[in-house]
Amino acid sequence: MGAVNFEFKGTVDFEYKEFIVRIAIIQSGGANFLSVSTALERLGVECCVTLEHDIISAADGILLPGVGCAGFAMQHLHKHNLVDVIKNVKQPLLGICLGMQILYDFSEEGDVAGIGVIPGKVKKFQYSKELIVPHMGWNNLIVKSDNDEDKSLLSSADNILCGLSLTDDVYFVHSYYAPVNNATVAFCNYGVDFTAIVRCNNFYGMQFHPEKSGNVGTKLLDNFVEIISSNKSQ
Amino acid sequence: MKAKLPWMKFLTQRLMFKYMLKKRIIPCLDVRDGQVVKGVQFRNHEVVGEIIDLAKFYSDSGADELVFYDITASSDRRAVSKQWIYDIAKNINIPFCVAGGIRTIEQAEDVLANGADKISINSPALEHPELITQLAKRFGSQCVVVGIDSFAHGSKIDGGDGNKSVYEVHQYTGDVAKTVVTSRFTPDWAKEVENRGAGEIVLNCMNQDGVRSGYDIGQCQLIASMVNIPVIASGGAGCVEDFELLFKNTRVTGALAASVFHKQVILIDELKTYLATQGVEVRFSGSKRYLV
Repeated sequence: MGAVNFEFKGTVDFEYKEFIVRIAIIQSGGANFLSVSTALERLGVECCVTLEHDIISAADGILLPGVGCAGFAMQHLHKHNLVDVIKNVKQPLLGICLGMQILYDFSEEGDVAGIGVIPGKVKKFQYSKELIVPHMGWNNLIVKSDNDEDKSLLSSADNILCGLSLTDDVYFVHSYYAPVNNATVAFCNYGVDFTAIVRCNNFYGMQFHPEKSGNVGTKLLDNFVEIISSNKSQ
Repeated sequence: MKAKLPWMKFLTQRLMFKYMLKKRIIPCLDVRDGQVVKGVQFRNHEVVGEIIDLAKFYSDSGADELVFYDITASSDRRAVSKQWIYDIAKNINIPFCVAGGIRTIEQAEDVLANGADKISINSPALEHPELITQLAKRFGSQCVVVGIDSFAHGSKIDGGDGNKSVYEVHQYTGDVAKTVVTSRFTPDWAKEVENRGAGEIVLNCMNQDGVRSGYDIGQCQLIASMVNIPVIASGGAGCVEDFELLFKNTRVTGALAASVFHKQVILIDELKTYLATQGVEVRFSGSKRYLV
C-alpha cells in the first residue's frame, strides 16, 4: 500500500503551520486510505494515516474511514485502545461509510457495540426482489430540516451542507444503514429512508464516500475542513 | 395560517424530485502497455490515448464510474503494474475498477491499496471459482466484480431465448489466439458468481462488442433478472437510444461502453440529458442538473 506516514510532513514553513489544517486519518483496518488522503491533500490539508494516540489528539480534525465489516473494525479499534480516545476527542471527527456506522451505539453487522457517540442502531437492508443489496451507486441527498418552510432547505441545515443543492447525488456502497433519527442531517431513500449525513456534537458521519462523489463530495469534504479551521481558530 | 405542516413540505419534495438510485454510465478503458486501446470484437487493437488524460476527461465529463481493463495481463499470465493505478487515484474523484490478471489475494490487495475501489476478475475466476469467495471475505463483496465474457450461439436463429445453452462463457478473451470456450453457460455461471459472494457482474456480450449495433437486451434481461446483485451491461452501444432501450427493458444498473465514448460518437453529458428527458434516472455532475 502507499506510504504510511506516522508524522505530519513538514511541507510548509513553520510560521504558516498554524493556518494549515492537519487531519489524522485513523488506520481503521481497511485498505483504501489513498483516495481519502489525496482528496484531502487536494484541498490543501495535511494528513497522516495513523494509530498513534498522540498524533490523533494533536490533530485539528480526525477522519475515521472504513471498509470491511463492523465487527472487524471494532475489534481493530479495541486492540489499539482507540475506542476511548475517539469517544473523548473534542476536535471535529468525520466517519465515512463504515466509519460512520461504528460511531453509533450498536451494529447488526456482527452484532457488536459501536463507539457509541451517536444514538441509534445500524440495521441491514431487508432483502426483497426489488432491492439489490448492496446499495451501490449514485443516489440523492435529502435534507432533513425542522425549520420554517420559506427558508432554503439547505441554508437552514448544518454547515456541512453549505453550498449544496437539493438534487445532488453522492456515491454509496453499503449493505447496512442507520435509520433516520434526531442526529440525521440529510438522508437518502433506498427502500427505506436512512441516514446519509449525521451530526452529533463534534461527531460527523457520512454513509456515502465523499472522496468518490465527484465535485459534490469534494465540496462536502471542503465544508468539513472549513468546520475544522473555524473550530481551530476559536 | 401558521406554517405549513412538515409533512406537506416533505411531500412536495418527494413530488418535485424522484429520489432513487441512478443508472450508471461507465466508460471502459482497455489498457495495453500503459495506453488506452480499443479493438473490434476483442481483436485489432488501436491506441486511443494516454490513461490519465482519458481518466480525467471522462471523470470531468460526467462518467459515474470508470473501468480499466489490462487486456494483455490475463492471457499473458502477469499482473498489472501498479503505478498507473496510483496515478489514476490521485487524479480523479469518482470510483474506478481495475481488471486484468488479478489471481491472488495479494495482487488484489496491491491494486486496492493503490487506490482502486473495485477489482474485477474474469479468467482467474473461471480457473479457481473459490477465488471469488476468498476475495469477498477479505475485502467485502462491494469491491469484487466478476466479468463474464458471454457468446450467444445462434440465439436468434434457434429462437433460443430462455434456452440457457445459447449463452456460452469464454475465457482469456484478451488475446484472440488464447481465447477458449469453457464448458460453462452464462446463466449458471452468473448465479454461481453471485452465490460465491461477488458484488457485481459485468456482462460482456461478445457478439456485440465494438460493432455498435445495440446492447443484447434479451441476454442482459435474462442475467440481470436472475441475480440480485448489480449487473452492468457491456458490448454494443452505438447511439443514445441503445442506452435508453437497455435501461427501459432490463434490470441492469449500469451500461459500459468504450468506442462510442473514445471516438466521441456519444458525449456523456449529452447522453445523460437525453436519458433524463426519456425518464431514465441519471446523475448530473457539477452545475448541469435536470429537474423533473
